[in-house]
Amino acid sequence: MQTNVHTEVEASGLGLDSYPQTETTLQPVTKTTGPEAGKRLNGDALFRYLTTFFALSILAILALMLVEMTSESLPAIRKFGWQFVTGSNWDAVQGDFGALPYLWGSVISSVLALLLATPLSIGAALFITEIAPKSLSGMIAPLIELLAAIPSVIYGLWGVLVMAPWLQSTVEPFLSERFGFLPFFAGAPYGVSMLAAVFILMIMVVPIITSITKEVLLAVPQSQKEAAIALGATRWEMIKMSILPYGRSGILGAAILGLGRAVGETMAVTMVIGNAPKISLSLLSPAYTMPSVIANEFAEATSKLHSSALMEIGLILLVVTLVINALARLLIWSVSRDSGGAA
Amino acid sequence: MTGAIGFRKLKNHTMTLLMFGATAAVLVPLALIFFHIVKMGLSSVNLDFFTQIPKPPGEAGGGMANGMLGSGIMIAVASLIGLPVGIFGAIYLVEYGGSKLSTAIRFAADVLSGTPSIITGMVAYTLLVVPLKGFSALAGAVALSLIMIPIVLRTTEEQLKLVPGTLREASLALGVPLWRTCLKVTLRSALSGVLTGVLLAIARVAGETAPLLFTALGNQFWGSKLTAPMAAIPLQIFNFAISPYEDWHRLAWAGALVLVSVMFCLSLTARYFGRARHS
Repeated sequence: MQTNVHTEVEASGLGLDSYPQTETTLQPVTKTTGPEAGKRLNGDALFRYLTTFFALSILAILALMLVEMTSESLPAIRKFGWQFVTGSNWDAVQGDFGALPYLWGSVISSVLALLLATPLSIGAALFITEIAPKSLSGMIAPLIELLAAIPSVIYGLWGVLVMAPWLQSTVEPFLSERFGFLPFFAGAPYGVSMLAAVFILMIMVVPIITSITKEVLLAVPQSQKEAAIALGATRWEMIKMSILPYGRSGILGAAILGLGRAVGETMAVTMVIGNAPKISLSLLSPAYTMPSVIANEFAEATSKLHSSALMEIGLILLVVTLVINALARLLIWSVSRDSGGAA
Repeated sequence: MTGAIGFRKLKNHTMTLLMFGATAAVLVPLALIFFHIVKMGLSSVNLDFFTQIPKPPGEAGGGMANGMLGSGIMIAVASLIGLPVGIFGAIYLVEYGGSKLSTAIRFAADVLSGTPSIITGMVAYTLLVVPLKGFSALAGAVALSLIMIPIVLRTTEEQLKLVPGTLREASLALGVPLWRTCLKVTLRSALSGVLTGVLLAIARVAGETAPLLFTALGNQFWGSKLTAPMAAIPLQIFNFAISPYEDWHRLAWAGALVLVSVMFCLSLTARYFGRARHS
C-alpha cells in the first residue's frame, strides 16, 4: 500500500518534476497490487483521460472553425480569386461578389476610431495612474472597466436612437456647411453614417485601451519615476521621460488590441453606419463593414455562392483579427514580462 | 532662467489639464449612455414587460417575457456545454500541463477569445443549422458556449494556480487519489475564484447578439423548444431599435435597462466572490 501511495505522488508530478510523468510509471502498480489499488488508479487514469478530452476539444474547436470557414469559402475563392478583394460590385442576383466596399468601410472606421481613441485613452490612463488622488482613481477605474462590459447592442441602441439624430441635426450640418469644400465632409447629413460608426467605435474601444494602458503604466518601476523627479523634472517631464518610453510597446499593444475589437465589432456598427456598400471619402455618407454585411445578409443568403462569399468575408475577418491579436499580445507581454507586472 | 522654469511649469499645467480633459471626454459619452438607458428604460419598464410577449407595431404595451425565457434557456444550455470544457480543460493545464500541448491549448483559447463573436455564429450555423435544416436555439447555445469556453478556461486556470502546492501534496500524502485531490481539494479551495470567472462569462454571453442572428434567429412568440427558433433579449433589442416604431423603441430601452441591470448584478456578485477570496 505504501509503495502505491508513493507512486501516485510521483505520477502527479507535484514538486517532483524530475520524475517521469508518463503512464508507464502507473502501469506496473496496477498489475502488482490488490483490486482496490487497481480501482483507484483507474479513477486517476479516467480523470486524466476526461480532462485531456476536454482540453483537446478546445484545439478541436479551433481546428474545426478554421476548416469549416475555409471549406465553406472555397466556392467563392475558386470563382473570384483576388477579384473578391479588389471588386466593388456586390450583386446577389447576378452572382457577382466583390468585397472592396466592406473592406474599405472596416479599415476606415476602425483606423479613424483608433486614432481618436488612443490619445484619449492614454490621457485618461495617465490621469488615473499619475495625477488623480487615490480616492478618485479608485472610483474611475472600476467604472471604466464596468463600461467595457456593456453589450455592443446597447451601444448600438444608444447610437441609433440618440447619437445619430444628434449628429444629423447639429454636428453634420455644421461640418458640411463650414468644411463642405473638403471631400471628407461633403454631402447631405444622414445621421447614420461613417462618422457615427467612427464615434460609436471610439466610445466602445476607449474603455479597453484605457484599462490595458493603465496596467502597463502601473508596471513602470517606481525607481524610474523617482529618478526623473530627483533630477528636478516637472510631473509632465517625468511622464514624458520615464513613463511613456518605458511603456511604449505596451501602449502600442493596447491600441492594437483595441483595433482588433473595432474590426470585429458587429452590432453597434451595423446599427449606425447606414449599411450602404459605397466607397466614399466623405465621413457623412453611409458605408458598410465586413461584420455588418455578414450580420445583415447571412441568414437570408439567396444562393450557395452568396453564403460562400459571406463566409469568405468571415474568413478574412478571422485571419485579420488573429494577426492583430497575436501582435498585440506579443507587445503587451514584452512589457509585463520584463517588470513582472500583470497586463 | 525664471522664464524657462515658467515655461516648463506652464507646459506641466497644460498637459495636466489635457489629461483631465481626456478623462472627462472618456466619461461623458458613457455617462450619457447610462443616463439615457436609465431615463428611457425606467419610463418604459412595467409589469407587462416581464409577463407579456411583444405586441405588433402600433399597439402600445407588450413585453419581452419570451426573450427573457429564451435568453435564460440558451445561457443555461451554453453553460452546460461550455463550463465542463472550460473547467476540466483548466484542470488539465494545471495538473498535466507544461508540455507543448498545453501551450497549444492556451494559444487556441487566446485565439478563440479574440475571434469576433459573429464568426462563432457562422461556425454554429454550418455545424448545426445546415445539417438540422433549420434555425434552432441549440445552435444559438453552442455559439454562446464557444464564447464562454476561453473565458472560463483562463480564469479557472489562474485561480487553480493560486492554490498552494502544499495543500495538494498534503492530500496526496494521505493517500487520496489524484482525481479526488483535484476535485475535493484544489478545485474546492479555488471555488470562489472559479465562480467569479463563471459569472463573468455568463454576464458576457447574456449580452451577445451577433452569434444569435443566424442561429437562434429570434421569435415573436413564446418558444421553449431547443430545435426551434427562440427569442432572446439582445436580439429583440436589436430588432426593435432598428424598427421605425416608437412603441418598439420603448420596449428596446426597457430591454436595455433590464439587460444592463442583470449584467451589473452578475459582475457585482462576481466581484464579491473575488474579494471574499482575497481577504
